[in-house]
Order: sequence, then C-alpha cells, then structure tokens
Amino acid sequence: MRTTLTVNGKDHSLDADPRTSLLDALRNHLNLTGTKKGCDHGQCGACTVMINGRRINSCLSLACMHDGDEITTIEGLGDEHNLSDMQQNFVKHDGFQCGYCTPGQICSATAMLEEFKAGWPSNVSGSLTASPELTDAEISERMSGNICRCAAYPNIVDAIRETAEEKS
Amino acid sequence: MKQFDYIRASANSDVTRTPDATIIAGGTNLLDLMKLEVMTPDKLVDISRLDLKQITPTRDGGLRIGALVTNSDLAADMTVREDYAALSSALLAGASGQLRNKATTGGNLLQRTRCYYFYDTDQPCNKREPGSGCGAMEGANRLHAILGVTDKCIASHPSDMAVAMQMLGAEIEIEGTDGASRTVPLSEFYLIPTDPAVETVLQSGELITAVTLPAPAEGNQTYRKVRDRASYAFAMASVAARIEVSEGKITQAAIACGGIGSMPWRDPAVEEALVGQEPSATLFSKAADILVADAAPKDGNAFKVPLARRTLIATLKELTGVQQ
Repeated sequence: MRTTLTVNGKDHSLDADPRTSLLDALRNHLNLTGTKKGCDHGQCGACTVMINGRRINSCLSLACMHDGDEITTIEGLGDEHNLSDMQQNFVKHDGFQCGYCTPGQICSATAMLEEFKAGWPSNVSGSLTASPELTDAEISERMSGNICRCAAYPNIVDAIRETAEEKS
Repeated sequence: MKQFDYIRASANSDVTRTPDATIIAGGTNLLDLMKLEVMTPDKLVDISRLDLKQITPTRDGGLRIGALVTNSDLAADMTVREDYAALSSALLAGASGQLRNKATTGGNLLQRTRCYYFYDTDQPCNKREPGSGCGAMEGANRLHAILGVTDKCIASHPSDMAVAMQMLGAEIEIEGTDGASRTVPLSEFYLIPTDPAVETVLQSGELITAVTLPAPAEGNQTYRKVRDRASYAFAMASVAARIEVSEGKITQAAIACGGIGSMPWRDPAVEEALVGQEPSATLFSKAADILVADAAPKDGNAFKVPLARRTLIATLKELTGVQQ
C-alpha cells in the first residue's frame, strides 16, 4: 500500500503492508529509530510522536491511515548539536536512567505543554473552565500515558516544569 | 495480526455500502485487539477522513457531537466544560493524553470490554467465541460487572464517556445501509449479554454519525471515578450524576454508573427514590440500596457492591452539600 508520510518536514514515500503500524513504518522503513517500541499496545508511551501537532501512540496507528499527515518524531525536535529546550532540560535534570522511554517522554511533554497553553483542563484541575496552573500534580496527570520503568519521574517533572517556566 | 483489505472512506456511503467491513476510526482499541487476534476483520474501512468532526448547537438548545470528534477535543470544548461538566470530567478521567487525542466519540461508545478472558484467545469467552464458555465466572473476576450480567457473560463496560452521556440522556445518530438516518437513545443502544457477542443495536453497515445531547439541564453535575491508581486506569466504580434541589427538595435526579455494569448503568428506580425528597444521608443510603438490589457479585468483584454504594452516596453528598 503506497503511502506518503511527511516526517519532520520531509516527504517519504512508502510501500508497505497495510498492517504496518506507524511506529514500525518510522523505525523499520524510514530508519527513524529514535521512536521506541515498548509495549506495542498503547500502554507505555515510548512510541509517542506528534501528528499534526497532537501527541499520539504510534504503535496504535496504521501508517496507511496517515497519508499526507505531518508527523514529528524526536529526530524532528532537535539533534545532538541543537537540542530543543525540553531535551536540554531532560539532560540538565537527569530526567532518565536507561533512556528508553525518553524520546516518548520528550515528544509527549512537548505536545502536552501546547495542550496546556491552549487551556485544556485535566482530571486534577480544580475548575473545568478556569485556566489551570501547571503544578507538579498537573504535570504528573497530563504525563500519565508515559511510563518510566527506571522511575525517573521526579526529574522528568523538574525538566518539564523548567521548560514551561522558560516558555512563559 | 491477520491480513486485511484496507479501504479509505471518502463518503459515509463508502461505509454503509460495505456492510462486511469493520470500521476503524481512532483505532486505539481495535488495533490492540487485532494485534492479539481477538478481532480478525478481513476488511477495514477507515472513516478517519469523513466530515464528522464538528461540535454544533442543535435547534432545541442541545449539542450535536460528530462521531469523529476526538475525546480530547470534546473534553476541551468550552460548551461541554460549561454546560455538560460531567461529560468533560468523565473524558478527562479516562485513558491517557495520547489516547484521548486519537480516540473518537463513536469509537469510545463501541470500545470493547477489558475482560482478561476476552483478550486471551487461549481462554473460553462467549463474547469472542460464542458457546465456548466464560472463564471469568469462576476465574479472575475483579474487573467484572455486578449488574446486567447473565450466566454467559459478566464483562463490564469500560467507558467513562458513555456513563456521562447515559446520565445526560444522549441520543445516537446512525446512518443505515439505505442512507437513511435513525436515532437511538443511548439508554436503548446497549444490550444485556444474552448473546454476549452482540453488544449494541447497531447493525452491519450502519455508521454512527453523531451523538446529540439535550439542552443543558438545571442542577449540579459531576463525575466521580474510583480506580486502582490515580490516573490512566479503568473504573472499579464510577458515578455520573446531576441533581437539582429546589426549596429543600430534590426536584430532578439523573444518575448513571460505570465499572459495575455490562453497560453504562442507569436505573430509573434510583432516581425516582430521590425525587421529591429532602436530601439526607439516610435518603442516599436508601437510593444506594436500590442501585445494588439486583447485584450478582462473584468472589473477585463482591467488593464492588459496597464500593458502588459508597461512590453513589459520596457523589450525592457532594452535589447536595449534605455533610453526614
């Protein structure tokens, strides 16, 4: 099945079995191995990428369903010479141990801050209609789709909080 | 995953004219089930590009939610946050940020149970393989339903969103194979599992196009969810409720429960017991007794009887300000 994926601003033409998940297309067909396969069932968040600016689990998505969509992976956020603010703060705060969940954490956190900026409430927001404050509880709740087996959570929260403070 | 033919729908009729195809929208539940070969469709029709993504006011002051509105867009919609707060809260209490960005309104209504035996193709399951038996009856049944169950199936319905919609009196707009639309109240959409493989009144080739909510009603509303961890977990028990109190008496009550039923559970007898009465802990306890009067617990989920009672009582106290 021929599909065009726009990944990190570049068009890629792909001829793959319709069963190919977006995650497998990125890793195995386009050689973008920054996006990680953890559970492959949408539970761990290691495969998080952005589609048209929204974070999603790429393991629970078929590549052929994203023909023409703008996909952003960890490789599109920055590289070793030019880290994004979120990447920089994960390094600064040691927001990882083994690092396997980290690309998913960073993609998720980057998109999460946009959701927050758009005024989306969360399950821990005191009010559904007032603009929430980005407390640690808000960060934890909004990031609950990203599991870290090394439990670097306190440092992940620190990295996200500092990125949000820099942006505001 | 088994092989399938993939069709991308560009019009509703591409779906309604392909009754042998399985519909995929967000895919967050279906693809999971296909990977495990719990579901093995020969043909997938992808509706994600159809024009069903709008939230619009209805002529009678209600809200029409397109079937492809994502759970996150619906939760963040200002009209929903202001006028249908229980729905926004229920959506935000479900799944994760990533899943809510993909999961759709129609798909959420049709998501399948998380019963372990349904998910494990080595186990008997009357829902997955009619007539094979039910592993949950005498097995691990902590997640399972205590209301609306049969001797064939005790699977619980997993949705939070649908519980709030049940309480709000939602209706489902369905386009049929002849292109004509029909409307089904959500209260008549789900089926008791006498044939556990048939979960709703939806027929092959029919497409959910929208969910409509009636005009906002008076009173306080909320969604309370009790689960094993504070985020990203299914409900053990949940309550969506709206209560109006006027001159010291309850004048309106709408209540639906999640985590405890084979479907988003609404029992009119619970509401009738409240209306016309003065809010009190005694009254709420009586209503909770009515809720669980027909409960059929198993060893693993017997805790849901007191949990459902307490969750309902706590919700009613919160909404009415009753302290004790």
